[in-house]
Amino acid sequence: MTASDLILPGLQDPDALPFWEGTGRGELLVQTCADCGRRRMPPRPMCFACRSLGARWVASSGRGTVWSFVVVHPPLLPAYAAQAPYNVIVVALAEDPAIRFVGNLVASADGRLDEIDAATIRIGEPVRVVFSRVEDVALPRWVRA
Amino acid sequence: MRIVIKDRTAIAGIGQTAFGKGLPDSELSLACQAISLALDDAGIAPAEVDGLVAFSMEDGREVEVARNLGLGGVTFFGTIGYGGGAGCGTVGHAALAVATGQCEVAVAWRARKRADKGSRPWAQSSRRLDTPWQWSRPFGLLRPVDEIAMLTRRYMHEYGATRDHLANVALAFRKHANRNPAATMHAKPLTREQYMAARWISEPLCLFDNCLETDGALAVVITSAERARDCPHPPVYVHAYAQGIPPQHQTMTSFFCDDPLRGPSYTCAARLWANSDIQPADIPVAQIYDAFSPLIPLSLEGYGFCARGEGAAFTEGGALEWPDGRLPTNTAGGGMSEAYVHGFNLILEGVRQMRGTSTSQVAGAGSCLVTSGEGVPTSALVLRR
Repeated sequence: MTASDLILPGLQDPDALPFWEGTGRGELLVQTCADCGRRRMPPRPMCFACRSLGARWVASSGRGTVWSFVVVHPPLLPAYAAQAPYNVIVVALAEDPAIRFVGNLVASADGRLDEIDAATIRIGEPVRVVFSRVEDVALPRWVRA
Repeated sequence: MRIVIKDRTAIAGIGQTAFGKGLPDSELSLACQAISLALDDAGIAPAEVDGLVAFSMEDGREVEVARNLGLGGVTFFGTIGYGGGAGCGTVGHAALAVATGQCEVAVAWRARKRADKGSRPWAQSSRRLDTPWQWSRPFGLLRPVDEIAMLTRRYMHEYGATRDHLANVALAFRKHANRNPAATMHAKPLTREQYMAARWISEPLCLFDNCLETDGALAVVITSAERARDCPHPPVYVHAYAQGIPPQHQTMTSFFCDDPLRGPSYTCAARLWANSDIQPADIPVAQIYDAFSPLIPLSLEGYGFCARGEGAAFTEGGALEWPDGRLPTNTAGGGMSEAYVHGFNLILEGVRQMRGTSTSQVAGAGSCLVTSGEGVPTSALVLRR
């Protein structure tokens, strides 16, 4: 999908940039404390567990389960209204369920947001990440695993 | 020395404009009108006001308010952020300032023009985001209702809450609005059938799970308990106040912390009840922030009216309804059926319950809990007669 007028990350936030550089390479990276190993999402400068300023970006499994979901109806911004009603999901990462991502359940990386019949979505169902390129950003979305 | 503000200050005056859509006056003008009415209600002259506490989102800031109303010297002023979470905090900061001698008479207020569709904050989102919204809005989680719906679905999954429970909330508040001539929905009853047939906004939330969009303004005057006893109306004491940001919180999109369903109300409640002689079991009436219906069960749990996971069941059997429910809640109609002015109207209804002047007056009510936004850094008050 290349539809413009979607809201996109600005790629100007230094804390977030490694994440978006990762998605651009097809990797779902998780910021991880260089000292104590605690994962954190969203990314930030300091480890909330040990206050270290050191961080590594570690490739995740890209697998998880649906933690919750909504089905969004208008009124919406035009680029989103054109695909409504569509789902938005929160995914809990397989290796650390406290690490969660907001995304969409799609049939394929570049599919429309309304491709999946929302009535079939279940909390707990397994999903795996795919990357949808929009302009200069690759957004992580999810397909059924 | 530990200073406790308990009952040392009181709300002596309240004022509000009409609620509407497309009101011609500016937010600043509406703010000045509401404050003017509140000062008249308190019998206090503008020149005596020396404290101002506002929402950080307020258009009309302290200096504009002061020079419109002809205030004398202002020695305490400040703002509180996070939108709907701020309301009780503004009153609390004003009470702190009066109790500690930083000012004698403080005003807190909220004016808002939200009814115009173009004024809705989500509709003005930048296309490129470097804020925390970059983790949710690109995926179409655009509006506050979408963010709360995400928590609601999880809540329903974990605890067996149903749409019938959410309808209990919407219908109770509408019944109260139907008794309140000032309420936007005064003349519009709502049935369970209408609720169930309403269009979706963000499943599992439908139209009637959402608050109204309102233009209007409200204000309160806070002064010392001694001074308030000389004012025309009986003083409504600020018995306790607290604010709350829970661990690892992220405003409105707190999906990333260990326990997203343990919201700001839990943090706020711990301080509130620790500083209060009045406890949840003693509270006969409540005004609970209701931008969305599921915030009621979440808040009932957070503020300790029931155990975690029991908030939905708490709403059964008309528990939230005047006059016979175990906890009549949002007795003027709340944000869902009276007006949505970032929850400030809940504070004024709390004052009316303590004055005995609510249109759904709980007989003999001696105290009232008032809360501000759940899902954002929040605040709450215990008011008493």
